[in-house]
Amino acid sequence: MSQDTELEAAMDPDLPLPATSLDDPHLREAVRNPEGAERAIAWLFVLGVIGVALFGAAYVQNWKPFTLGLTLGLGLFFLGFGVTAWGKYLMPQGPFSEARHALHSAQAEREAIAAALVERTGVVVKRRRVLLGLLGSGMGIFGIVALFPLLRSLGPLPGLTLTKTNWRRGSLLVDSNGRAIHVEALEPGGIVTVFPAGFENNDQTVAVDQTVLIRAGTTAIVTEKGRSTWAPAGYIAYSKLCTHAGCPVGLYEKQLRLLVCPCHQSMFNIDDGAVPEFGPAPRPLPQLPLYIDRAGFLRAQSGYDQPVGPGYYERTTT
Amino acid sequence: MSTAGVRTKREAQAARGRYGRVGQIIGEIDDRLGVAKGGRTFLDKIFPDHWSFMLGEIALYSFIVLIATGIFLSLYYVPSSTLSVYHGSYAPLRGQKVTAAYASTVNLSLSVRAGLLMRQMHHWAADIFIGAIVIHMARIFFTGAFRKPRELNWTIGLTLLVLSLANGFIGYSLPDDLISGTGLRIMYSIVLSIPFVGSYLAFWLFGGNYPGTLIIPRLFIIHVLILPGILAGLIGAHLFLLVRQKHTQFPGKGRTEDNVVGSPMYPTFMAKTTGYLFMITGVITVLGGLAQINPIWQFGQYQADKISYAVQPDWYMGWLDGALRIMPSWEFAGWGHTIPFVVLLPAVVFPGMIFTLCYAWPAIERKFTGDNAIHHLLDRPRDRPKRTAAGAAMIALMFTLLGASATDVLANFFQVSLNEVLWTFRVLVFVVPIVAGLFTWRICLEMQGGGADIGKRKRAVVMTRSAIGEYRTVETEAQPDDEHEELPPIPVPVHIEVGVGDTGAEQAGVRTVPR
Repeated sequence: MSQDTELEAAMDPDLPLPATSLDDPHLREAVRNPEGAERAIAWLFVLGVIGVALFGAAYVQNWKPFTLGLTLGLGLFFLGFGVTAWGKYLMPQGPFSEARHALHSAQAEREAIAAALVERTGVVVKRRRVLLGLLGSGMGIFGIVALFPLLRSLGPLPGLTLTKTNWRRGSLLVDSNGRAIHVEALEPGGIVTVFPAGFENNDQTVAVDQTVLIRAGTTAIVTEKGRSTWAPAGYIAYSKLCTHAGCPVGLYEKQLRLLVCPCHQSMFNIDDGAVPEFGPAPRPLPQLPLYIDRAGFLRAQSGYDQPVGPGYYERTTT
Repeated sequence: MSTAGVRTKREAQAARGRYGRVGQIIGEIDDRLGVAKGGRTFLDKIFPDHWSFMLGEIALYSFIVLIATGIFLSLYYVPSSTLSVYHGSYAPLRGQKVTAAYASTVNLSLSVRAGLLMRQMHHWAADIFIGAIVIHMARIFFTGAFRKPRELNWTIGLTLLVLSLANGFIGYSLPDDLISGTGLRIMYSIVLSIPFVGSYLAFWLFGGNYPGTLIIPRLFIIHVLILPGILAGLIGAHLFLLVRQKHTQFPGKGRTEDNVVGSPMYPTFMAKTTGYLFMITGVITVLGGLAQINPIWQFGQYQADKISYAVQPDWYMGWLDGALRIMPSWEFAGWGHTIPFVVLLPAVVFPGMIFTLCYAWPAIERKFTGDNAIHHLLDRPRDRPKRTAAGAAMIALMFTLLGASATDVLANFFQVSLNEVLWTFRVLVFVVPIVAGLFTWRICLEMQGGGADIGKRKRAVVMTRSAIGEYRTVETEAQPDDEHEELPPIPVPVHIEVGVGDTGAEQAGVRTVPR
């Protein structure tokens, strides 16, 4: 059938629906040896049924996920392979075609809908300008007001939350089990994560306060000018929050004296104020000033002198 | 079911008409809904045959697996950060304080029958789903299927990709294990990096400073209701447009802008595609059973001060992680404000630019080529060297960035310094796309012309070596199969007629006409 008559047939309800006789070569199987294909597909179905049945047995016996996945997966795969092969090899080879009608409507229809919108708006709606304006402002105000609960109820405003930790003047350093750190607790090269006493058991405070305490030597260490008393008896404390993306700076390379962030490999030199030596971190880790109390336990001289963690717009520069 | 007055089976059949019970049921439905003509046209709908038209189906069927396995998981998962001491079946965790989200995920993996299979199938299906979307999108791009009139469907498809990336990341975060929690921490910092509004957005999203207790239930409802709902709706729209605009086809014998040539919906396409659904489900099931993925009980509960080495996201997030890694440590600080470009540029601005470019591509190409015509016949990629080169460059960029997300692993594996690996990727990320683009462009030019032998089997060649070592190939004689010519396409026959003389007897379901 030519292109034109095909189109006509599809458009005209009076023309007979397309028909063909059983001996039309289009209806012949796509494969030359249908009997062989049928046998192969039959075997695929048999395998599929066996696989699915075995899954049933495996499930009842509560066997390992390995067996469950293998039996069900192979069963489904063989069944699917058989069905697809049936469609590909044993069904009419075709090819068949379908007319593609233009998507667009008649010109008059296109004009009609444009006219309905433009003319009706002009004649009927725009005449009531006051009503239109009032309705518009009502909807606009509703739209803005509707945003309030959507946004503001979702969480508190940041305020100064991001700038603060729970470290105070005199805070006792404790590990995650609440044990205070005695000056003899760590050998040189030792490292422990510490928190201000009383805040070590709360996810929320741990996320902000986490501080890494390293015993870098046995005598006081000056990491930077003006920090002469901050690291007594070789104990240095830095915020454990990476200044890049906020991951815990969890690795300590003892020989190189580097703190390493496993997320994006920022490296901080502990001896010179944790200045980033490598990687994407843009700022040093803030250092916590320490002192040793009379009983020999480590305490904070004060809180951090700057916000900990990654950068954000409201973060003031120091 | 007998009608009054009809006694014999034969009489009952006769009362139903030529097409028996099926005809009767269709009559009843059509009386009420008027769907006979539309329904028949749908059964006759033509699907062009080409392997690359099946890529989108992989995505569709993985989505079905995702929904099915996801429903199973949601029956056991508890979206809560409430802490309790673990008493479950996994001995190494006993006595530890864990969240309900983590404990329930470990429990459904190790104690629920077939639970681990379902969870691993869900994870594999998600990875395959997004992979299939990307490959499907590449097919659409390289063959120019996004051109008028199909720009809207390109837009919908791209939105499906974006939302799937988001939902994949969220799903990965739900178990609250050590690695997914680290991913969330990075996401928080990325949101935080946006100037002016970042800290507000982060606080609204998480309900306060990181981590809070609201994020898990929030991510859960987004993951199981909001995003799947939108995805399902958009998939529906995607398929509706496909049916409305009909499928594109490659140029070839009998294929024109005014027709579609291929197999009919019923039964050929339906058989192929149903089988395909089962095969894809089968492959995902085998993977779910055999290939371990995300064994969260080994990672442990997320704790804000703990971290694991070689932390990496699922593959489809790798390009963002790679971009974060190779970005130089730029940060603006001044006038009382900080703008962390080191995070903002690679994790917010860069993906924004990539997706904007993708969304705008059909319009960009229309503008440059001035081609505003309707296209139903596909391009061969070689015939559009510039577009093909652009696509190849984009893919090269993405995969280079994916490689960059493994800098530490590569440095360890090849025993080279991390610094060298980092700088290598900083160079490669510019060089590889340019080289790939130029190379592709050149190959396209070389390949132009030809095309007369499309769809024909290549003839076997005999290769001979002469005494002096020279190789020659000689094409063999044409075999009968090589010359297999396709018949000219015909409309799907509604009636298959059997001449009375042919079989001598009436066959069930087949119309007989006198010869």
